[in-house]
Amino acid sequence: MAKARTFDTVDEAVAGIEDGSTVLVGGFGFAGMPFDLIDALIRQGAKDLTVVSNNAGNGEVGLAALLQAGRVRKVVCSFPRQSDSYVFDDLYRAGRIELEVVPQGNLAERMRAAGAGIGAFFCPTAVGTPLAEGKELRTIEGRDYVLEYPIKGDYALISAHAADGVGNLVYRKTARNFGPVMATAAATTIVQVDRVVETGSLDPEAVVTPSIYVDRIVQVRARQYTVEGAR
Amino acid sequence: MASDKPLDMDELAAVIARDIPEGSFVNLGIGQPTKIADHLTPEMGVVLHTENGMLGMGRAAVGEEIDPDLTNAGKVPVIETPGCAYFHHADSFAMMRGGHLDVCVLGAFQVAGSGVHRGDLANWHTGRPDDIPAVGGAMDLAIGAKQVFVMMSLFAKNGAPKLVPECTYPLTGVGCVSRVYTDLAVFDLADASSDGGVVVRETFGIDLDDLQTRLEVPLTPAGTLAAAR
Repeated sequence: MAKARTFDTVDEAVAGIEDGSTVLVGGFGFAGMPFDLIDALIRQGAKDLTVVSNNAGNGEVGLAALLQAGRVRKVVCSFPRQSDSYVFDDLYRAGRIELEVVPQGNLAERMRAAGAGIGAFFCPTAVGTPLAEGKELRTIEGRDYVLEYPIKGDYALISAHAADGVGNLVYRKTARNFGPVMATAAATTIVQVDRVVETGSLDPEAVVTPSIYVDRIVQVRARQYTVEGAR
Repeated sequence: MASDKPLDMDELAAVIARDIPEGSFVNLGIGQPTKIADHLTPEMGVVLHTENGMLGMGRAAVGEEIDPDLTNAGKVPVIETPGCAYFHHADSFAMMRGGHLDVCVLGAFQVAGSGVHRGDLANWHTGRPDDIPAVGGAMDLAIGAKQVFVMMSLFAKNGAPKLVPECTYPLTGVGCVSRVYTDLAVFDLADASSDGGVVVRETFGIDLDDLQTRLEVPLTPAGTLAAAR
């Protein structure tokens, strides 16, 4: 894979995402949510998507807007139900969207495994619960584990604080969340950043996502979302 | 805290804070357990973990402190404390699953107290067909933290006990709860009592006999168990 390319617009950055793709979408609630890339994906028009994200959208912006536009066939997430997840709730109750609930740590680790070339792993989470039903169990040194498989993305859409010219990324506070893991787990990783800085100006000791995981970068205007939701 | 009446959730939070070991790494689940943070003093040196990627989480942010990039697991804006650190989600759950977290405090629909079911936790799904399941980090916390405390009212709004012989709701974790803090009593599930039930550490405004008439789980007073050893 060639080094990351920097695009002028978010629409160019999301070009080519095919119908039926699995798209990893960063963010925990609104923190780290790549709003501009999602808006561009809605304009781009890809449909029948499988979206992997911690939540299933809040309010009517970001991921919720993508769901509302009818582009998502299936959501893989840990926590769909929230006070403001009404877009997802209505689609789900109407039978218009599939849901796979995954414990939050398994969601992260399954993507980590995908990015790290791990074929599957035994995990103690969910043993004895409905989320382990039908899965292979193994007892290792007296403790029970469930076999979990990687989650690989065709695309990852994530948000970071800054990128340099080659694609090294740094994040801001808890907006980091799933970004670094998703960047490793997708065939094509697309990143929106608050700013692109000169190559060589990021402290190499502080780089969180090395450029090898990053394919496309686009700078967006400073994020304007609030904690409550409305952007 | 001795009390001759049932505790409200804020008083209960203070009781739990009292029992959190100094210097421990702690995750407080979303909802009622977040109140416990208000009762942790700086001198205790407790470091709060939030699963969305931070150790050393501070109190809720107010006014100019509010930063949408800095929230707790309940998506409430918080502040940093000196010595805090950020990390990504896989690391956050690795430190949980890997046994590095000393205590987590979770809410619950039900905790099981009898025999082989003792310590089973149900807190993510009512199992009703129209309910949308949402597990978040509850299953990871339940099996990951060295000690799992539950904070809940002992009886549901309809009067049904939430400390039960065996959970009827879908499980979050098996045999994972070590202690249950409620408005009426604190129960220890870590030490097996002689009759397969739970040890009552303290009660609030109710005596043990009255409590036993309202619960199907066999109860053992803490004092007698200690005396028997």
